[in-house]
Amino acid sequence: MPDRTMVQAIRKAAQGVHDKILARRKPNLKFPLRSLQNVRYRPSVGFFELLGRMKERTLTVGTVKTFAQTLRMMALSKNLVETDDIATKREAYYVSKNWGEARFDEQPESDQVMEDIEALFRVNREQIGFIPEEKGGEVAGKLTVIDKDRDSGKTLKIDCTKFGSGAYSIPISVEDLGFQTDARFILAIETAGMFQRLVKHNYWKQANCILVSMGGVPTRACRRFIRRLSDEKKIPVYVFVDCDPYGIANIYRTLKVGSGNAAHVNEFFCVPKATFLGITPQDILDYKLPTHPLKDVDIKRAADAVKNDPFIQHHKAWQDAFSKLVKMGVRAEQQALAKHGLNYVIDEYLPQKLAHPERFLP
Amino acid sequence: MEALAKKKPGKIEQLSLMGDAAPPVPPVASRRRPPAGGRQPPAAKKGELQLPVMGPVELSGTKPPAPPPELPAAPEAEAESRAEARAPRAGRNADGRRRATAEAMAARQRDISVAEFFTKNRHLLGFDNPAKALLTTVKEAVDNALDACEEAGILPDLEVAITQVNGDDRYRVTVRDNGPGIVKAQIARIFGKLLYGSKFHSFKQARGQQGIGISAAGMYGQLTTGRPMTIISRTGKGKPAFRVTLRIDTQKNQPETLSDEQIDWEFDHGTQVEIELAAVYRRGSRSVEEYLQQVAIANPHARIVYRPPAGQGEAAIYERVTEELPPEAKEMKPHPYGVELGMLLKMLLSTKSRTVRAALVQDFSRVSPRVAEEICAVAGIKPEARANRLAPEEVEALHKAMQQVKLLAPPTACVVPIGEELLRRGLESRFRGEFFTSATRPPAVYRGNPFVVEVGLAYGGDIPAEEPCEVMRFANRVPLQYQKGACAITEAVTDVAWRNYGLPQPRGSLPIAPMVLAVHVASVWVPFTSESKEAIAHYPEILRELKLALQECGRRVALFLSARRRAIDAGKKRAYIQKYIPHISGALREILGYGEAKERETVECLEYVLERSRLEGLKAVEDEIASTETGDGEAAGEEASDA
Repeated sequence: MPDRTMVQAIRKAAQGVHDKILARRKPNLKFPLRSLQNVRYRPSVGFFELLGRMKERTLTVGTVKTFAQTLRMMALSKNLVETDDIATKREAYYVSKNWGEARFDEQPESDQVMEDIEALFRVNREQIGFIPEEKGGEVAGKLTVIDKDRDSGKTLKIDCTKFGSGAYSIPISVEDLGFQTDARFILAIETAGMFQRLVKHNYWKQANCILVSMGGVPTRACRRFIRRLSDEKKIPVYVFVDCDPYGIANIYRTLKVGSGNAAHVNEFFCVPKATFLGITPQDILDYKLPTHPLKDVDIKRAADAVKNDPFIQHHKAWQDAFSKLVKMGVRAEQQALAKHGLNYVIDEYLPQKLAHPERFLP
Repeated sequence: MEALAKKKPGKIEQLSLMGDAAPPVPPVASRRRPPAGGRQPPAAKKGELQLPVMGPVELSGTKPPAPPPELPAAPEAEAESRAEARAPRAGRNADGRRRATAEAMAARQRDISVAEFFTKNRHLLGFDNPAKALLTTVKEAVDNALDACEEAGILPDLEVAITQVNGDDRYRVTVRDNGPGIVKAQIARIFGKLLYGSKFHSFKQARGQQGIGISAAGMYGQLTTGRPMTIISRTGKGKPAFRVTLRIDTQKNQPETLSDEQIDWEFDHGTQVEIELAAVYRRGSRSVEEYLQQVAIANPHARIVYRPPAGQGEAAIYERVTEELPPEAKEMKPHPYGVELGMLLKMLLSTKSRTVRAALVQDFSRVSPRVAEEICAVAGIKPEARANRLAPEEVEALHKAMQQVKLLAPPTACVVPIGEELLRRGLESRFRGEFFTSATRPPAVYRGNPFVVEVGLAYGGDIPAEEPCEVMRFANRVPLQYQKGACAITEAVTDVAWRNYGLPQPRGSLPIAPMVLAVHVASVWVPFTSESKEAIAHYPEILRELKLALQECGRRVALFLSARRRAIDAGKKRAYIQKYIPHISGALREILGYGEAKERETVECLEYVLERSRLEGLKAVEDEIASTETGDGEAAGEEASDA
C-alpha cells in the first residue's frame, strides 16, 4: 500500500528545488541539525526533542555532488514508496553505483544522505523505504508475539518461552506486532553473553520476566519493540549494562530518551519508562567487583556527557554517578559478577537489586 | 712599504681593529652631508691617519664604534705606547737575538698615509677582485647619493651608468643624484681624500659598510687605470655647475685638482661622480644589476635608473613606490648594556660633565640621577667623583656595575624600518609574483641596542620554482652581497621549518620554492661578524626576531597556497559541475515527471546558476588572498580552514 502523503511530500520538496532553478536562483534544502546540540530533554514526555536548528544545503559549486546525490536518493525513495518496496541501507548504496559520477564511494556517505532525507521529512526511514541491515535484538521469556504469516495472512503466535537455548529475533518493523504477556518486568541486557547465561538458566521463569538482548546500543527496532511492549502491557523496563560511560551515556541513554542523530524520530524510538538497574558505580563498591582502569576515551566520554548531554544534565543522580565513576577511575563489566561464582548474578545480584526497583537510577 | 707597516704595530693594530670591532652600520639618521647648502668641512686634521673608529668626537653621539679596551685611546696616547714598546725590545736586543736597536727602528717609524695603506689592503675595503671592485664602487657612490638626498629632504633620483672603455677590463662608472650638490671648495676634499669628514659626519657610517668611501673607489680607479675621477656638482638653480677632475696623492692623502671648469649642466642640483676602473662586468648574482634592484626594494622612496654597458642587457628603471621620504631616525645615546669597556673609558675622558653621576645621566640613555647613583654604589665609586679622573680599575668596576643594575630597555624611536606596506610594494614592483606579504616585528633589544627585523616575501609567478629560494639581506637598507653563509639571516631562514607551510625544504637548507625573501635588520648598531661587514652576527635575540618574522610570512604563504589550491579547484570545477548537472535534472525529472523540453530548460538554468556560483567562489578566494597579504585576513583565513 503506497504511502500517498509520503510521495506528495517528496514531490513538494522537489518542486521547490525545481522552481528555484527555473528562476535562476540557487535552490536549497533545509535539514534539521541532527546532533545533541539540537535536542532538548523534556522530562514531561521523557525523550529528546528536536530543536529548531537547521543545516542548509544550498546548491553551489562546492555542494553540487552532494546535492545531486540527495535528489537521486529522494527519487529512489519515491520509487520505493510508490512500489511498496524496500531497500536496505547497503542496497541503496549499491543502487547508487548506477548513478555514474554521482555514486557514493563508501556506504557511510549514502547513510548520511539517507538520514538527511529522513530528517527532512521528519519520518522514520522505513516510511521512505529504507531499512537497516542491523539485527533488532533478541527476546526470550514470558512473552507471546502476535505476527502474521506473510503468504496466508494468518495470525502467528510466537511463544518466546519455546526457543530453548535460542531466542526470538526482533524484526526490523515492529509496528504491526501484538503482544500477550503476564511478565512482571522487561530486563534489557547489554551483552549477548549475559543474555545467554540468563536464558540458559531459564532466569525468566524464576523472575517471571522478559529478557531482551540489545547487543550494544539498541537499534531503532529494538527500542520501538520494548517501547510498544511496555506501553501496551504496562510493564516496567529495567536496564542491565556495564558500568562505564559507554554503557550509561550511550546504551542506556539512547534506549531511554533517544539519540541526537535520530532526534526527528526519538518520540517513537525511545523508552522513557526505562530505569537503570545496574551496574552502578555504587555496585562496584558494594559487590567488590573487579575493575579495569578508565581509558582516556572513557574519561572524555564522561566529561562530554556531563557537559553536553541534556539528559545527564537534567538528572543530578547521573551527574553524581559520573563524577563518582571518574573519581574512582575504574569501570566494571556485567560479567565481573562472575568473580563471586558464575551464577552469582542469578542467585544474588539480580534478586537483591530487584527487591528495590525504587532505588534504580533514573 | 711592507717593512714599514710591520714596524708600525700601533697603526696596523688600529687598522685591523677597525675590522675586529666590526663597526656597525648606523641608521640612516646619521648623515654624511649637512642640509642643503653644501657639505661643510670638518675641522681638518693633519694628513694623518684618522680612522673613524678611533675618533673621540662621536663618543657621545648615536653610534660610536666599539674598539676593544686595550686600544690606544687617543693620538696623544700613541707616543706613550711607542715608548713602552721600546723597552722590551731593547731587552731582547741585549739577548743578542735581534739586531735592530730601538733607535734604528725609531728612525724608520713614521706615519703611513691611508692611501698607502689602501694600496696594500684593498681587500678590506671591498676591492679584492675586479668584479667586486665594480660593485663596491657603485655601492659607495649610491650610498652617498641616497644619504645626500635624504639629508636634504629630496626624494632621491639616481642614475647609474656603466660603460666599457678601451678593451675588456676597463669600465667607467657614472652615478648621478639630484641631491643638494656640493659647494665647489669642498669637492676636492670630499672626493680626493680618504676618510675626510668621517669624524664629524660619520661619512662611512651612514649607510656604507666596508668602504672608506667614494674616495677609496676613486683611488682604486686611479691605481688600476691611471685615470682621474670626474665630479660634476651644482647646488641649485641659478648657481653655476662645476666639473672637477682630481687625483689623489697617495703619499700625502691629499687631493690634487687637475682641472676645474664651470659648465652648463642640464640638472638644477645634484652631484655626478665618474670613475674609471679595471673591472669585470658580470650579470646574475652579485651583479650591479641585482644590487641596484635590491637597493630599490630597500629604498622604496628612491627612483633609480640603471644603464648597463652596451650588449649587457636593457636599461632598467626602478620607479619609486612611495613619494614619502622615510622618517628621520632619532638619535640615541648609548644604552649602558651595550657599552664596551674601551668605549666607556673614552666617553668618560671626553665627557662634558664634571661628575661621574652627571656623565652617566648626560651621556647614556635610560639613566636617571637615581639610577646613576645606584650604578656608582654598586661600583663603589662616589657619584661626585670627577668623571675624567677615574682610575682604569674604577672604570672597570663602573662598567661591571652598569651591566648589573636594572634598566629600562632603550628607546626604540631611533630605529626606522622600511615598513610592511612599502616593503611589500617594493617587492611587488620588482617581481612578477602571485603573492606578496611582509611582516615588521616590533622593536626588540640585544645588548642594549634596539633593533627591528622585517621580512618581505614574494611567491610564485616568474620566480624560479626549482631552485632554493632567494634571500636578500639588508642591514639599515643596505643590501648585503657577500658571506651569506656566515649571516644570521641565512641561518634563521634555514632554521624555519618551511615544510610546515607546505614548502619543500632539504634538511638544513633553504626551502625549494618560487620565493624571494627580503630580510631587513634595522638598528642603531647592526652587529656584523667580521671586518668586511657583510654578514650579521648571530645574537640569539636577533635570530629569534628573524625567525618570528619569517614564520609569520610563512604562515601567510601557507594560507595563500591553500587558497590558491581552492582557486585552482574552482577553475577545474567547470568540468566538475558539468558532471553533476544531469543528475540533478535527471532526479528532479524522475520525481516530478516533466518532459524533455522542460529538462533542457532545467539544465540550462542549472548551468547558469552553478557558473555564477563558481565565479563567486573564485572571487572570494581572490579576496582572501588579497587580505592574507596584509595579514588582515589571518583570522578569517583560519576560520575558513576550520570550516
